[in-house]
Amino acid sequence: MRFQRRAAAVGLIAAGALLFSACGSDDNSGGSTEQASGVTCGGKQDLRASGSTAQANALTGFVNTFEQTCNGQTVNYTASGSGAGRNEFIGGQTDFAGSDSALKADEAQRAQQRCASPALNLPLVFGPIAVAYNVPGVTDLALDGATVAAIFNGQITTWNDPRIAALNQGKTLPAAPIVVNFRSDESGTTQNFQTYLNAASNNAYGKQATQTFNGGVGAGARGSQGVTDATKNTPNSIGYVEASFAQKAQLPAAQIINSGGGQPVALSTDNVAKAIDAVQVTGQGNDLTLDLNSLYKTTTPGAYPIALATYEIVCTKYADPQTGQAVKAFLQTALSPQAQGTLTAGGYVPIPDAFKQRLTTSINAIS
Amino acid sequence: MTPDGDEADANTVSERTTERAPSDDPETRGRPTGSATMSTVTDTQPTATDPGRTTSGGTGERVFRGLTTGSGLVVVAAIALIGLFLVVQAVPSLLANNANFLTSPEFVTTDAANLRFGIRDLLVVTLLSSLMALVIAMPIGMGIALFLTQYTPPRLAQPFSYVIGLLAAVPSIVFGLWGILVLAPAIEPFAAFLQTYLGWFFLFAPGNLPVLTGTIFTGGIVLAIMILPIITATTREVFAQTPRFQVEAAQALGATRWEVIRMAVLPYGRSGFIAASMLGLGRALGETIAVLLVIRAATSPSTGSLFDGGYTFASLIASAASEFSQPLPTGAYISAGLVLFVLTFVVNAIARVVAGGKVNG
Repeated sequence: MRFQRRAAAVGLIAAGALLFSACGSDDNSGGSTEQASGVTCGGKQDLRASGSTAQANALTGFVNTFEQTCNGQTVNYTASGSGAGRNEFIGGQTDFAGSDSALKADEAQRAQQRCASPALNLPLVFGPIAVAYNVPGVTDLALDGATVAAIFNGQITTWNDPRIAALNQGKTLPAAPIVVNFRSDESGTTQNFQTYLNAASNNAYGKQATQTFNGGVGAGARGSQGVTDATKNTPNSIGYVEASFAQKAQLPAAQIINSGGGQPVALSTDNVAKAIDAVQVTGQGNDLTLDLNSLYKTTTPGAYPIALATYEIVCTKYADPQTGQAVKAFLQTALSPQAQGTLTAGGYVPIPDAFKQRLTTSINAIS
Repeated sequence: MTPDGDEADANTVSERTTERAPSDDPETRGRPTGSATMSTVTDTQPTATDPGRTTSGGTGERVFRGLTTGSGLVVVAAIALIGLFLVVQAVPSLLANNANFLTSPEFVTTDAANLRFGIRDLLVVTLLSSLMALVIAMPIGMGIALFLTQYTPPRLAQPFSYVIGLLAAVPSIVFGLWGILVLAPAIEPFAAFLQTYLGWFFLFAPGNLPVLTGTIFTGGIVLAIMILPIITATTREVFAQTPRFQVEAAQALGATRWEVIRMAVLPYGRSGFIAASMLGLGRALGETIAVLLVIRAATSPSTGSLFDGGYTFASLIASAASEFSQPLPTGAYISAGLVLFVLTFVVNAIARVVAGGKVNG
């Protein structure tokens, strides 16, 4: 009996500690986000959205700011994968979708039926992808699109290959074989990276850009963290991960020579912003579907070309005006400096000003 | 037989016949009548096992019986429904499959209109990693069980088995992270040694991964540690129940401790040990997240080497589960799950055959 009583006391204390720590973390997150200005709040209180896992962390920051700005309003975002997100949006279960790719032609048609107005693809979240490597003694590796593609499809197999050496004159490259680390799970990062490889190498990569890695070389690892760990633990290896993972693990990221030639470009927020500012839009009117080729094959000097662009997919005009107002308020909040300020911590790039203008125009047209 | 014994037997028979008459009166049932005081002990036994008593029990008896029967049926029904679910979900995808389901090493489900999936590699990786785990864990598990039951004083054996039990309480994701971050780099020199000197043997031949970390070899070791507590705990229980008189008989014949183990403990506990190993194998076959983290994915088909990478049935399903959105590709993974389901049945059946269908023979 005495033991039981003591155990109960211990349990109570543990439960109490959990309770208090939970309160604590709530307070912290509340305190760190600020209210956004220039947002017209109102409309439906609980928005439902689902989709891309790649933008889930960015949306968490947006939602926190949104809750601070618009009292009583919130967004429930389920990171169920881009495909599921688009399906649920088209099926009318959600108010908007997060997706790593824009709606395809047939999807756009079904989305138009669901909305009774054209659906918009709004590229709201950009995440740079690092080509992270672990080569003892090398810290400033430079590569161009064709070389990266040749490494990831197995045409270049050793670090001292003449094609790599030509881009890295004066550096000592080991004669060791290259170990490629790739994402073994399906991921938008893999899809975008392979799209980049095909674009930047003028299709010399020659593999399908699907959510699974098709390069045919290397060893797969689970998730971004898995690829980061594998690269960190395997000398002479190379992999692709979201920039934040490479930074946290202190893995060097290759400097990329973009399709304009010129100097190798380091991975930094500013350099990615240059590429986003120069990106071309194929969407009509307020639809901002990107021409990814113009991003991956950017010729702007100093622009870092490898970034994952993820969209919010919304209706131009919602059947329920309340929903439209809330979606608009949320997206306005997302563009506010307060919400954009939460992005860098998650490894995303804040949207540069010129592109933000175009997004604002499109968002203000939602009703 | 002593004359006393004969007398007691005779008494029992007479008691039973005399007691039949007032059997409806519960007060007198099982009580020795005055004339039979000598046979009190033997007297109570036949009445206690009298089958008439169980049927004539009260409502509580019937409710309890219903509950236990219900529990038994729930298990059978659950298994049947799981099987049914797997078949129903898998059949449309199997019909739409453009590759040979049994022999193809591919598993491509990105295009729902052109599914190409087969289980060859999954089966190879699952079996190799699980069997390797079993080969490592079985002797060690038996060793620990013998140590705890035969060599250690009970005062020490108790905390010792407690520690092994703790091993079973470690979450598998912890084993997975430990396996890939700590174990894999640590055993890489050993793996390289095996490959250099035993590379002619197909199990140690160069595999389809460019690295020696995160192979089936690493995964097998992690799985071995994970199934060790299961094998040890069950085997220890069985060994501890070796009949005392058999042990003492062996000792009386002048057997050493090893001979006692060989002649009394092992024959008695053999089927229990096999059953324990099969429990462990079941866990190894179905282990998901640890395998997913440890064994790295490969880009070419399996070569049958321990230094291959790839997926097991369970890890493949877990790997893709977050992207399940369309029914046909999802069904492809469920059909892989169906094979794992069948495989587990086959393993259990084999175990029963090996154990001779009897427990503790």
